Amino acid sequence: MADKTLLKGTEAMAEAALRAGCQVYFGYPITPQSELIEYMAKRMPEIGRTFLQAESEVAAVNMIYGAACTGTRVMTSTSSPGFSLMMEGVSYIAGAVLPAVFINVVRGGPGLGDIQPAQSDYFQGTKGGGHGDYRLIVLSPATIQEAVNMMFDAFDLADRYLNPVLIIADGLLGQMMEPVELPDFLMPDRMPNHDSWALRGKGTRKKHSVTSFDLDPLKLEEMNLANFEKYRKIQQKEVRYEEYLMDDAEVAFVAYGTMGRILKTTIRMAREAGIKAGMIRPITLWPFPEKPIQEAAKKVKMVMSVEMSMGQMVEDVRLAVSGKVPTPFYGRTGGVVPTPTEVFEALKREWEAIV
Amino acid sequence: MNGKVAFKRPDSLTAKEFTYCPGCLHGVAHRLVAEVLDELKLTGQTIMVAPVGCSVFAYEFFDVDGTVAPHGRATAVATGIKRSLPDRVVFTYQGDGDLAAIGTAETIHTANRGEKITTIFINNAIYGMTGGQMAPTSLVGMKTTTSPYGRNADSEGYPIHVCELLQNLNGVAYLERVSLLTPKDIIAAKKGIKKAFTAQARGLGYSLIEIVSTCPTNWGLSPVESLEWAKQKMLPEFPLKVFIDKVGDVK
Repeated sequence: MADKTLLKGTEAMAEAALRAGCQVYFGYPITPQSELIEYMAKRMPEIGRTFLQAESEVAAVNMIYGAACTGTRVMTSTSSPGFSLMMEGVSYIAGAVLPAVFINVVRGGPGLGDIQPAQSDYFQGTKGGGHGDYRLIVLSPATIQEAVNMMFDAFDLADRYLNPVLIIADGLLGQMMEPVELPDFLMPDRMPNHDSWALRGKGTRKKHSVTSFDLDPLKLEEMNLANFEKYRKIQQKEVRYEEYLMDDAEVAFVAYGTMGRILKTTIRMAREAGIKAGMIRPITLWPFPEKPIQEAAKKVKMVMSVEMSMGQMVEDVRLAVSGKVPTPFYGRTGGVVPTPTEVFEALKREWEAIV
Repeated sequence: MNGKVAFKRPDSLTAKEFTYCPGCLHGVAHRLVAEVLDELKLTGQTIMVAPVGCSVFAYEFFDVDGTVAPHGRATAVATGIKRSLPDRVVFTYQGDGDLAAIGTAETIHTANRGEKITTIFINNAIYGMTGGQMAPTSLVGMKTTTSPYGRNADSEGYPIHVCELLQNLNGVAYLERVSLLTPKDIIAAKKGIKKAFTAQARGLGYSLIEIVSTCPTNWGLSPVESLEWAKQKMLPEFPLKVFIDKVGDVK
């Protein structure tokens, strides 16, 4: 087993991305993820990779598009307002069926908001954000070790499905330090070659074209249908979640990322007070773990969503539960992180209302 | 038969018919770029970035690997390609709205970084594809569908001179404004384009060729009248000139 290193979240994700084969990084500084771009600026030239600071997030995402056209493992990282600026390019990348990895270290919004941890970009990440019919594969880590392992998964998913993958983290995960085990560098032969479509100069073969458009509506519909066939496969095969103390649970929490981590403490408090709480923690926010929540709704008395937002994921939870049991919500917004105790108090109120 | 080929389609163009209006000069510009790629033997290693605008289908007309950028972002996309594959030749083909309005930031910063790519910039002082709206290079007094009373300098400002803006940036290796209004201009334009690609092939920095062109359809003139109008109105505003040449003589 490899040694553990004490690393800050942003730096751990950056190093993991390089070990996962990220060859090129384009980005623009924004709090609270500037350490990630700084790490890349320092580290990438050391190992012969390419780093470039773009003049804006708009330029950065289009550089990502260009690099993705060549089939090169490429990524960027940003925070909420920056990801908003990238939406146009993300839509093009999804439409052109290209692999790329994005990290959004979410901060409080809307507008300039603040620089504290938040989960209020769930809609933007999972429901679109850019124009047109498309989906991102959206992953959310709760610990730095999970984030490190997720970087490998993210690049693999992007390459396997030729689709942009978004990792939603938050400022808490980005800024804290934890001991982590870093996997070895991925060997080049483990990476896909994309020879059949990538733009690398035609040489002696027929030319390749990569676009996200067709003026013929029937052909564009075909493109979209092909994409949605892909999305259906992703929904079948790639749902990831963690179940925590769900075997005997009477209350199922649903929470992701940092909130999912905090809830483990709340669940211990609840169990000590005689409320059998458990949790389903979505790791893929899209595809959303709908089935486990549906199954849980058959056994528990209540499915409670907790988010660092005014309630966004809760809409997917309510769709999954379909009114079978009460689905209360508790959240704080604007960069306020709920404490285990205040969630426990909220749980008690909701619990007493139904028992 | 001992026939000699006097004229043929350049190898760097496909057999696909152009979609441009009668009298449009995109076809001439495409042909010149293709001839240069043929002559420099770059076709197989070239990747092109088409813009949003009338030339959105340029990637179908050139027989090279290619993509289409979002409006204005061609040089950022080209940067991503070039930084991933530094030994390939990458060029963008952009109009005035794309390059000098929505894409101004990308244009300036790509040039300033000395990105080793080439830009072919078509300046016809109007938006073509969307139907003749005012461009950043529209002349003062010019009537367009969004300046129906003529471009008013007080409210809409003045035509942007892209070459004059870029000439102060150290990253630029070759910068020239040419036109396609006479056979002589066309020959000179090809020389400029060849120098621009040579600058890239030699790794000297960013190169841009601004081509003063026409738009008979949206100018509401015949093709021949358009050439005359461009000579009389466009050239005084956009004088033909080599602004930067770090290449030197090219065969």
